[in-house]
Amino acid sequence: MSQAESLGEQRLAIEPVTRVEGHGKVTIILDGNRRVKQTRLHIVEFRGFERFIQGRPYWEVPVLVQRLCGICPVSHHLAAAKAMDCIVGVDRLTPTAEKVRRLMHYGQIFQSHALHFFHLVSPDLLMGFDADPSVRNIIGVAKKYPDLALQGVMMRKFGQEIIKATAGKKIHGTGAVPGGVNKNLSLAERDVFLKDIDKMVEWSLAAVKIARDYTMEHLKELEPFGTFESNHLSLVRSDGALDLYDGGLRAVDARGAKIFDQVACPKYCDYLAEEVRPWSYMKFPFIKALGPEGGWYRVGPLARLNTCDFIDTPLAEKERQVFKELTGGAPNNMSMAYHWARMVEILHAAEKMRELLHDPDLQGTELVLKGARRSEAVGLIEAPRGTLIHHYRVNSDDQVAMANLIVSTTHNNEPMNRAVAQVAEHFLSAAALNEGLLNRVEVVIRAYDPCLSCATHAAGGMSLQIDLVDEKGMVLDSIAR
Amino acid sequence: MRVLFLGYGNPGRQDDGLGPAFIEELEKEGLPGVAAGSDYQLTVEDAAAVAQSEVVVFVDASFEGERAFDFRPLEAGSSISFTSHRMAPEELLALAKNLFAARPKAYLLTIRGYEFSGFGEGLSSQAQMNLNAALNFVKDWLLSQGVQVAEAEDKGALQSKKAANL
Repeated sequence: MSQAESLGEQRLAIEPVTRVEGHGKVTIILDGNRRVKQTRLHIVEFRGFERFIQGRPYWEVPVLVQRLCGICPVSHHLAAAKAMDCIVGVDRLTPTAEKVRRLMHYGQIFQSHALHFFHLVSPDLLMGFDADPSVRNIIGVAKKYPDLALQGVMMRKFGQEIIKATAGKKIHGTGAVPGGVNKNLSLAERDVFLKDIDKMVEWSLAAVKIARDYTMEHLKELEPFGTFESNHLSLVRSDGALDLYDGGLRAVDARGAKIFDQVACPKYCDYLAEEVRPWSYMKFPFIKALGPEGGWYRVGPLARLNTCDFIDTPLAEKERQVFKELTGGAPNNMSMAYHWARMVEILHAAEKMRELLHDPDLQGTELVLKGARRSEAVGLIEAPRGTLIHHYRVNSDDQVAMANLIVSTTHNNEPMNRAVAQVAEHFLSAAALNEGLLNRVEVVIRAYDPCLSCATHAAGGMSLQIDLVDEKGMVLDSIAR
Repeated sequence: MRVLFLGYGNPGRQDDGLGPAFIEELEKEGLPGVAAGSDYQLTVEDAAAVAQSEVVVFVDASFEGERAFDFRPLEAGSSISFTSHRMAPEELLALAKNLFAARPKAYLLTIRGYEFSGFGEGLSSQAQMNLNAALNFVKDWLLSQGVQVAEAEDKGALQSKKAANL
């Protein structure tokens, strides 16, 4: 990294953000006194998927939308399927269909959270933010903590196998169809999973302990690390329980007071709006009643633990109560507490999978229903990264006429920017610039587990680029890795 | 000899799908002793499959190079990638070594692509030609490694047998 001075300001860019999906860039603008003047998280990948999907037959959508993301295709598959259930006139699936989908979803949550924690985050937490980059990675963790690394790999594999058994394939699964599912879970498939599910619950408990102990031991260091008051949004069940698959929208403020509650999915646009800013392709959603300045909010594991009243699986509920004790029952507004919350969810997902695997409805044979055709529908789901909204209109030729997708990371756009600004202000303005300090900025972004785009993966592409540009946009210096 | 081919890339981003497209063509050959899989990206759990193979060939698209394809040996190693959900094949080999004490022989096959910027399925015509060349090379290479490669008239019989076993 090198710096140049121009007009008394320096722009320092970290591009792309390491260990985050897709492409992103962080720009930090310093003033002449080397204080942070402004920070921005740029989304550099243009999506265009909502246009691309128009004109396609509606029944293709649950499979087609999986092209959106190679990291969490199942979330898009299920959100689209839920919307298409409404299009074909089905408001309630058969017990078998709902439970197969729920098992698929919990498998997705389980493997995604496992991968994020063990692969993306553990190098920072276990090796330290200032450890040499040559060891601050998954291989370093595998060498120093081989049992832990192996658990992460096997937990991820378990979740992926659940997805394969319920969706038909690990990628481009076709399990969820409009009105239901196209396969149940056979007894033979179930028995394979029953062999290891107790171990998955046990490892999940251990993972919660790692995240909880790390947070409590580093509380002083973490509290100013991207901690700020915010609203929080997620789905909750009708009785207020955490529900990752279905429910009504609830938003609470930084002190836990409800802003709105049990909003039905089709009404989301009466409560949420999106703002466009010139320097990013990603929009900035906000709660309409509070306006763009005060209406931004967080989604994802931290928000979900802040909005729900309880968790309906015993081990995760016990851990949620410990989590709430830290803040005296009020919402937790620490960005770094996302990791702890994420592990509570992984435990919940493991318990839910265990519960479902013992449910004979999974072997039922009534899979699909049909009703009166509709022309517009919304599917909402709590994806690993947060609330995912799929909104479609279908014309009389059965083609998609409109698609509006608000992905989880978009909801977290403003909080991520604020987290970057706070960490940069705290750690970069007075200290010498080095990789460890810069990594702290990236660490706080990783807490949100953002997925930035459906990226290309070809070899020979630029793996890392840092641009230093002046305030007029002129590139002063550039480093490639 | 257990040979595993792992292709990766995004089939919705045109030539970025060269890896999975290659795997699809390879699977049609129905080669005994050859296992194949594809995904958008390599991820940690692939280390388990890698550990069970004697030889692993990673297959990816490439942005650069003059030749239709490139084939080179790989060693385990850690690298700093900008995203670890896209594991480098060297990292996967290192995980297989550290977690499963496995050291398969490994190679990277990169196939030159040209169209990456838009959304769309299907390869550019030149990328398809490069894939065909790479496939012919791989079949010759497998023969040199002692893997049986069926002639055209035998392929149909092999595929029927595979279908009957499903």
